[in-house]
Amino acid sequence: MGVGAIGAAIGEGYTAAEANLAISRNTKSAGDIFKSMLIGQAIAESASIFALVIAMILLFTKFSATSYVTVCAIFAAGLSMGFGAIGSGIGAGFPAGAACTGMSRQPALSGKLTTNMLIGSAVCQTPSIFALVVSFILIFTDFSGYPVSPGCAAVLGAGLAIGLGAIGSGIGGGVVAESSCNGIARQPLTITPVTNVMLLGQAIAQTPAILGLLISFILIYKGFPATDSIAPSMALLGAGICMGVGAIGPGIGEGIASSGGVKAIARNQEVVGVITRSMLVGMAVAESTAIYSMVIALVMIFVA
Amino acid sequence: MAIEGADVIRAAAFIGAGIAMGFGAIGPGIGEGLVAARACEAIGKNPQEAGLLTRTMLVGQAVAESTGIYSLVIALLLLFVV
Repeated sequence: MGVGAIGAAIGEGYTAAEANLAISRNTKSAGDIFKSMLIGQAIAESASIFALVIAMILLFTKFSATSYVTVCAIFAAGLSMGFGAIGSGIGAGFPAGAACTGMSRQPALSGKLTTNMLIGSAVCQTPSIFALVVSFILIFTDFSGYPVSPGCAAVLGAGLAIGLGAIGSGIGGGVVAESSCNGIARQPLTITPVTNVMLLGQAIAQTPAILGLLISFILIYKGFPATDSIAPSMALLGAGICMGVGAIGPGIGEGIASSGGVKAIARNQEVVGVITRSMLVGMAVAESTAIYSMVIALVMIFVA
Repeated sequence: MAIEGADVIRAAAFIGAGIAMGFGAIGPGIGEGLVAARACEAIGKNPQEAGLLTRTMLVGQAVAESTGIYSLVIALLLLFVV
């Protein structure tokens, strides 16, 4: 919860700062800008509300802790949601800020900008929803049949894989939505290609978080034979850290790449095909390190 | 639980491989994204040079990728050689 609140705080702070700048530039549309700021902040807040829900469940449920694996699973649920809320909280703040700035420049567009902001920041929330799902699975699955070693490490790894893995995709999706709001405010006629390419870019920026989700599910459901040695446990924990941390960079990077593409399309929509192609090639290359991380994680789970 | 020297070394190698590849992936991921963003913006300004710009983008990304590949090599060494 503590960690999860960081992201929401940064995101909302950014939105409020942009909104103040925007109002100072164009005091006449202060009402619209203020409304949009509140909506944007509410969405950025939702990630930390997820974290709050999980924290409440953890605090007020009486767990009949039958084994150490259950204890670890509850701890992992907290880690997953706490880290998972950072990215979406920060990410959802970007489009809200850009929409406020855009409204101060083009007050007539405030309806379209708000719609685009809502779509963009809703997509930013998906990584934190993945983290929420994994948290619930970790809290409500009965782990009593799991061997303590390496079961503890497997559930901790599962929490870290999706929790850390959601940071990058959340921020990345936000960067894309920010430049699409900027682009629409400058060139309202380009709204269709800009929104389409924004959704495409955000979808691809989600892939690192989806890889993290995959590794989490494998770690939770595969079932590992009991062992006396410490090495298999560390392999599973290492797989979770590897995939989780490894997904941060590609998630942010793909968001930046796609935001460049969206910006270029907003300026010059005749060449939307050429730009989209280059953007996709660039994002595919940025994805490669996430795939390396997944390969190493799978090797540690299945081979080592 | 019987913990012996060789077991501890293997455990350390596994967790080290995870940390090496995980953190090693952050930099290249962000860096390659920056390259692709600039390339897209440049193509938007000057679409005739799209081929040249894409080629340059790929070369730049390949160089940025190299540290990611170093991390991959180190992780594989830790997993299979140590």
